[in-house]
Order: sequence, then C-alpha cells, then structure tokens
Amino acid sequence: MAPIVEIIDVSKSYRRGNRTIPVLADINLNIEEGEFLALMGPSGSGKSTLLNLIAALDQVDSGAIRVGGIDITALSENELAEWRAVNVGFIFQFYNLIPVLTAFENVELPLLLTGLSRRQRNEHVEMALRIVNLEERMDHYPAQLSGGEQQRVAIARAIVTDPTILVADEPTGDLDKVAAREILELMDRLNRESHKTIIMVTHDPRAAEKARVIRRLEKGFLNDVHSQDPH
Amino acid sequence: MFILKILIRNAFRHKLRTFLTILGITVAILAFGLLRTFINAWYGGVEASSASRLVTRSSISLIFHLPLSYKDKIRQVDGVKVVSWGNWFGGVYIDEKNFFANFAVDAKSYLQLYPEFLLSPEETNAFLRDRKAFVAGRKLAKRFGWKIGDTVTLRGTIFPGNWDFVLRGIYQGRDETIDETQFFFHWDYLNETLKKRASARTDQVGWYMVGVSRPDRAIEVALAIDRTFKNSLAETLTETEKAFQLSFISMSETIIMAIQLVSFVVIIIIIAVVANTMSMTYRERIGEYAIFKTLGFRGWRIAGMIVGESMVITLIGSFLGIVLTFPVARIVGKMLSNYFPVFNVAEEAIYMDLAASIIIGLIAAIVPTYRSVRIRIADGLRRIG
Ligand SMILES: Nc1ncnc2c1ncn2[C@@H]1O[C@H](COP(=O)(O)OP(=O)(O)OP(=O)(O)O)[C@@H](O)[C@H]1O
Ligand SMILES: [Mg+2]
Repeated sequence: MAPIVEIIDVSKSYRRGNRTIPVLADINLNIEEGEFLALMGPSGSGKSTLLNLIAALDQVDSGAIRVGGIDITALSENELAEWRAVNVGFIFQFYNLIPVLTAFENVELPLLLTGLSRRQRNEHVEMALRIVNLEERMDHYPAQLSGGEQQRVAIARAIVTDPTILVADEPTGDLDKVAAREILELMDRLNRESHKTIIMVTHDPRAAEKARVIRRLEKGFLNDVHSQDPH
Repeated sequence: MFILKILIRNAFRHKLRTFLTILGITVAILAFGLLRTFINAWYGGVEASSASRLVTRSSISLIFHLPLSYKDKIRQVDGVKVVSWGNWFGGVYIDEKNFFANFAVDAKSYLQLYPEFLLSPEETNAFLRDRKAFVAGRKLAKRFGWKIGDTVTLRGTIFPGNWDFVLRGIYQGRDETIDETQFFFHWDYLNETLKKRASARTDQVGWYMVGVSRPDRAIEVALAIDRTFKNSLAETLTETEKAFQLSFISMSETIIMAIQLVSFVVIIIIIAVVANTMSMTYRERIGEYAIFKTLGFRGWRIAGMIVGESMVITLIGSFLGIVLTFPVARIVGKMLSNYFPVFNVAEEAIYMDLAASIIIGLIAAIVPTYRSVRIRIADGLRRIG
C-alpha cells in the first residue's frame, strides 16, 4: 500500500529583507498509514516549517507533497482550506482554543464546515469529548480549564472530523510532566486503538518515546530512521 | 448563526474598551443629529412656506417700502386670488432680549392667506373687531404668560413711542413645522396712528403677500406683477415665499456651511476612534483568526466576524445616540426657542445618523478585514504564545 504522506524533494526558504534563508532542502519522507512519527531536532531546524507544509498551512518552494494520494502543492488556497477541514487534525503547543467559545463549541467548530445536521454534530462532539474524557466539562470556557484539559479539548477538536492525519507541534511543550504524560497516552491510544496517523514535532525525548518512528531534522536535512519498538 | 454568536461575544470581550467606544459613538451620533437638526431648524421657515404664496417687495431692498396703492393693481393681475400686506414693526417688549417677530398686517387677508395659523372663529371675530387687537402664537403667549384680554405694550424702535395692544387671539400651528412665536396686529392701527402724527411714513407697505389661484402658475404671476410696476417710481421684486425665506437664510449661509463641516468632522473623528479600537482588537486576535483559517474557515467568514463586530458596536452606540437625540433636542429647542420657532428632530436627520453609523462601522473594519484575509496562516500562528 502507498504511504499516506509522501514528501518528495521538498525545499523551503524564507525571505527576510533581501536575504533568503533556506530552511528545508530536498526533503524526502514517506509516512505510512497508522504510523506515529516523532519529528525531533534542534530549535530552528525547520520542524514546524515541515509540519506546516504537510498540513497545508504553508506552500513549498519546490517539490511535491501527496497526502492520501492528492498532491496538495497543486491545490489553490480555497481548495486547500476545504482540504484541511476534511483531512487534517491540528494540535498545537498553546492549545489554540477560541476563548469565547465553550469546550463543546470549540470542538464543534470544524463540524460547522460540514453538511452535518445539528443532531449529528452534537453526537460527534460528545463522542470526541468522551474519548478525551472531558464530557462533563463541555460547558466550560478554556479559561476555566487547566492546560492539560485545554489540550485534551484541542485533541477532541482535532479528531472530531475523523481526519486522514493528525499533526501535533510540541503538544506537551507547555505542560507539566503529569499532564504531558496524559496527553501522550491519549495520543498513543488514538494511534493504537483508532489507527490514527500522527505526525508529532517534539523536543521532549519522553514524548518521542511514545512514537513508533523518530526522524531527526538537522539544519534542513532529515537524518536516518530510528524505528523503535515502543515498550 | 454561529458567526453572529461569536461576533457578539467578541464585541464584549473587553468590556471597558467596548463601553468607551460605544460611548464615543453615542456622543458623536448625538452631536451629529443635533447639528443636523440645527441646520433643519435654520431652514424651518422654508419648509413651512407655501408654494401658492408670493412675496412682493421693493426691487431695491427690503428696507425700501412700497405704496399702499399697489394693492389694487396687484389684485388685478391675472391669477391673483388674495392680496395682503404687512410692515415689520420691530417693537421691543420690556427688554431687548425678549426678542420675537412682530408686524402689522392687513388682518383679514392675512388670516385668509395663512390657514396654517389655526384661530377659533370667536377669537378671529374678536381680533377683527378691535383695532388695537393683536394675535400671538401659542408658544409666544406661553413664554410671557399672556392671557386673552391682556394689554401688552411694545416700545417702538422703527415707529417711536409706546404702543398698547390687546391680546384677542392665540393661534396654534396646523402642524409642528409652523412657527408659533409670531405677534401680529392691525396694519390700519399703525397707519392711522402715523397719520395722526402726520408722519411721512403713512400709506407705506413693507411687503405684499400674494395668494395665487394655481401654484403651478406662481412664477408667471410673479413676473406679471413685476411687469405692472416696471418703470414706475417703486419697482418691485416678486418671488415665491420659499425664495423669499431663502434670501434671508443665504445671508447666514457661511455659518450653515461651517456647521455642516463640523458635523462631518465629528463623524470622521469617530471613524478614526472606532477604526483604532478595531485594529487593536484585530492585533490581539491575529492568532485566533489564524486558527479559524487553519481549521478551514475561509476569508469571507473571518471578514464577516470582523465587520459584524464593528457593526454591532457601532449600531449599539448609534442607537443610543439616536434615542438620546430626541430629549436633548427638546431641551436645546427650549433654550433656543427665541431664535428657532421650530426645533424638531427631522426624519432626515435620523436617516443621516443611520447612514453615518453604517459608514463608521464599515470603514473602521476595512483595514483589519483586509489584513485578516491576507495574512498567511503560518505567520498568524507564530503570534501565539
Ligand atoms: N515566516 C517566517 N519568516 C521568516 N523566517 C521564518 C519564518 N518561519 C520560520 N522562519 C525561520 O525558519 C527557521 C525554521 O523555523 P521553524 O519554526 O520551522 O523551526 P523549529 O524547528 O520548529 O524550531 P523550534 O524548535 O524552535 O520550534 C528558523 O530560522 C526561523 O527563524
Ligand atoms: Mg517549532
């Protein structure tokens, strides 16, 4: 079976004034369906940049990225918006919940772009909140939740549309040890039990331990595969 | 529905800031509404003027008089129905600051020409029977506490001496655009008194008021009247009542222009204030808008949130401003009632308020909307944390 994500000769640089800063150079990477990949590397090595490219939040300079057989580098801005809504679940370091919306409403957000009825949406949201074990907090606003709880809401929001891939940029970066472990266990469960494909950027070796594959990014180049048999 | 929910919640996130912005808008719209009302009041006399009435005066200037004998010649002009005439009396009641308009008119024809002054048949008869009688508008009588039968003495300025008049009627305006502050008495009384004093100013008329049978022919009739007196000793200028009123106003045209300008400056200032609030708000929310985009929300939805929030704030402020305009205009109207017989908030002023508030809301949202639609997601997300 073809990999769910294929990154082919991708390069990316940023322009600052009249200077061009190369960030990624000829990256090649395949990610299999159901994989849990940790992307590590020093600060500034381009991990977030690569993740953003996979999630279609940013555009490549050259090369191609295929996700689920679709070349996302060939899509227009509007097509990408639609594509993201269906195919990608996002988890960020700072949770990125909308403060004026309750946990329930935050999780419901991505569903508003689908054709689901109100009842169907309610069912999906409740299910997602049950998976992250927060169904009794659904009427709370983000400010009323702890960091770990907010991140769990963010995970519920990421999985509620049942996307093709989950991308997480340092999901435990802002959490204490206990909360971080909870989040990692949750992601591990999503990967094992629901066979979600997860791509996670992290600094934290303990976080990386949970992943099945670790890739290191060093000055814009990918290093060898470290496949690990977890536990 | 969802967008409505979030934009309303967003609008009240910073309660103090939103409150202050709304307060600013309220004050601005109030000021704007009052200034527009002021301008309307200035043109008030024009609004009430009738299209079927002409005013004939000396072609040289208003201060030159016309002979009384013209009245019969004007009556003979084709299309003329009623002729009345009057003189500006310029009397002072007790003190200069009690200013109000007072003039001598040919009573019967005057009442006939001005049906908008409602006077009961009894009072009309009492007025016509008594040569020293005068009629006052309701507001004027109320202002000085005059009752029917009271004697009121005016000190003449143009016509020296103390003049006694007896109040025989209090008229009411047919609608609220009608001036209820006039004071008029018998021209005959003025003229006979002048005759007794052997004054040179007898049988002189300040202006003629002419009622035409068909308003659409008013201009023709005006030209015919002026033709009648061409090359005579006192040539005339006849114009519609409206034009006559406007020629008064045009003297103060520059003041009106200045007020117009100020009213628009107020709006421009408040646009700047609201625009500033909106861009502050936007700067704080760049990250959130980036999240919406990440989740697949398109630019137009985000634009809707920002424009909607701006409109919610502006419309609340404007609504309060409009509601407040009415009581405040009433108070201001009372204070200025000596100068503006009619000081009512015109429907037009409300439409101007609404138009202004929509313009404020839209313009204030332009820059943040443009930026939010243009910003790249990756850049927006970098602002978080
Ligand atoms: N929008 C941008 N404009 C200019 N330079 C950028 C932009 N985004 C990223 N960069 C630069 O690209 C390089 C890689 O950034 P990136 O955020 O991908 O690193 P990272 O590996 O995620 O680092 P960290 O571990 O600190 O999050 C950095 O030098 C960064 O300054
Ligand atoms: Mg990063």
